[in-house]
Amino acid sequence: MSDAAVYNFAYLDEQTKRMIRRALLKAVAIPGYQVPFASREMPMPYGWGTGGVQVTAAVLGADDTLKVIDQGADDTTNAVSIRKFFERTAGVATTTHTSDATVIQTRHRIPETPLREGQILVYQVPIPEPLRFLEPRETETRRQHALEDYGLMHVKLYEDIARHGHIATTYAYPVKVDGRYLMDPSPTPKFDNPKMDMCPALQLFGAGREKRIYALPPYTRVVSLDFEDHPFEPTKFDRGCALCGAEGIYLDEVVTDDCGGRMFVCSDTDFCESRRTPPRAAAPGLNEVPR
Amino acid sequence: MYVAVKGGEAAIAAAHALLDKERRGDPTVPALTTEQIREQLALAVDRVTCEGSLYDRDLAALAIKQARGDLIEAVFLLRAYRSTLPRFGYATPIETGAMAIRRRISATFKDLPGGQVLGPTFDYTHRLLDDGLNDQVPAAELTHKIAHDEAAVPHVANLLGAQGLIEQNPEVEIGAPVGDLTRDPLAFPADRDLRLQSLARGDEGLLLALGYSTQRGYGRTHPFAGEIRMGHVEVHLAPEELGFEVSLGEIVVTECEMVNQFKGSAESPPQFTRGYGLAFGHSERKAMSMALVDRALRARDLGEEVIAPAQDEEFVLSHVDNVQATGFVEHLKLPHYVDFQAELQLVRQMRREWEEANRKEAAE
Repeated sequence: MSDAAVYNFAYLDEQTKRMIRRALLKAVAIPGYQVPFASREMPMPYGWGTGGVQVTAAVLGADDTLKVIDQGADDTTNAVSIRKFFERTAGVATTTHTSDATVIQTRHRIPETPLREGQILVYQVPIPEPLRFLEPRETETRRQHALEDYGLMHVKLYEDIARHGHIATTYAYPVKVDGRYLMDPSPTPKFDNPKMDMCPALQLFGAGREKRIYALPPYTRVVSLDFEDHPFEPTKFDRGCALCGAEGIYLDEVVTDDCGGRMFVCSDTDFCESRRTPPRAAAPGLNEVPR
Repeated sequence: MYVAVKGGEAAIAAAHALLDKERRGDPTVPALTTEQIREQLALAVDRVTCEGSLYDRDLAALAIKQARGDLIEAVFLLRAYRSTLPRFGYATPIETGAMAIRRRISATFKDLPGGQVLGPTFDYTHRLLDDGLNDQVPAAELTHKIAHDEAAVPHVANLLGAQGLIEQNPEVEIGAPVGDLTRDPLAFPADRDLRLQSLARGDEGLLLALGYSTQRGYGRTHPFAGEIRMGHVEVHLAPEELGFEVSLGEIVVTECEMVNQFKGSAESPPQFTRGYGLAFGHSERKAMSMALVDRALRARDLGEEVIAPAQDEEFVLSHVDNVQATGFVEHLKLPHYVDFQAELQLVRQMRREWEEANRKEAAE
């Protein structure tokens, strides 16, 4: 591509990648700690995945295979846009199959297919600070992390229980990493929180606008906050996918008409499609799978 | 019927083709050239160079054309281009005292060395729509010669400084490193160099509102427009391997120094304090607003109580960048159905519980 000739591999210059990799190494060394980094202006808007894109650009090699999902799906507009960006600027292979990917950039979901060692999951993070909506000041929240002073969050969760009888947080549900740092899992639904725990893949989080990077090295303990008498409960669906019949996975509700018609289908489109096509029959890449 | 949202790729391409068509508008109307934008929409170009932090008026004109006149979008285009440029070094501080003045006014002294120079200004025009501009107008003939006074034009604040009536500008070592928030993440509390950089790149609209709020009592600073000057200044770079300065060329800047009343504190005698604004091009509103906000943000340094938004460094610096702000506000357009699904489940559950509780209460 002509663009690849003009821009460096994966868009960012090597100095910037080195700066990001340093931040990533520090983040891996201190799991769950938010490392400030000199986030660059990217050719897509802040809030649209600039943090994830910078992390992906910094870890991507020429022989990597990239998968990009948004809301679990490979074909949502922003996922398409980011995948095309790396096709243009890095010329790497892309896939929609979770198991074929070496790097997966995601917004809001963790794939249903379990990740394996050697894979990297890159999260796009809007607000990296789990305490932000309880304490707007960065100076104050950094102090609270330093002192491991997470009382504010426990009080919030307790107040939920006192008011509603249960914790009223369904996504961006706070987790404790390796017994030390409170971490925002990015706005993934709490359904996905257990997948973060002891995950064999490397999980990297990039927040471009807020200029923070954090990480979960493989096999890190990730515990969703709860109380002994009110244990953490992932969201459960009382049905399976209307298309592939899978159960125990995250579902999207699709409004089918204006008379209350609804159907529930897999949020992870690759998972759903691979269950409905014979294994390996489909060539890798973006296939139109009739539904 | 379930229709999957497939084909995002084709939809994006089609939407962008439509955008290109809309940008061109009615094809019977001649297309706008970037030269026309640069020359005739000069203040829009100035604003884009300023908030885009890139002094390239041709690229700014192109960005404005590409953005269909959406200036924040144009700023974004310029910023995204800027971040790919290599950084050779940092210029030596520009000398605004040596500016080739095109406009210079002071609201604090009736007359002063260097005089009051109105220059090209909207001030004192009557804001009556000029029907004549609908026609092709020939270049306006100047009836007065532009006076070029080579005499030095000292900064107004320095006239006060000679009598010790205004605080001294902080002494800075030549060659001392200067903060750069495009290379290092901003941390709080931030020093004034970083604050000023942030404000200089910041959104004119937000700065205007914040500056205005200080005038209305939210962090009052008792300002006087000590001086506003606009004109050409030379930019110099001293490459390490050369050991001496070389001129890179000229840029147009607008500088504003606010002079603010200060009652004094235990450490400092009563004296005037300063608020500083500097912007690329002819950007007077921006420079003035910036100076007001700069002074308000110095509250902590001057031992004043921080009570208003304009004095709150974290609040101002975290929200002043319009490229960040527009990105995050507009990201709400992206799909959020996964999180919304989780919330939907929760609201349904809470409604069930609420109805059950009400039923029980009614039965009792």
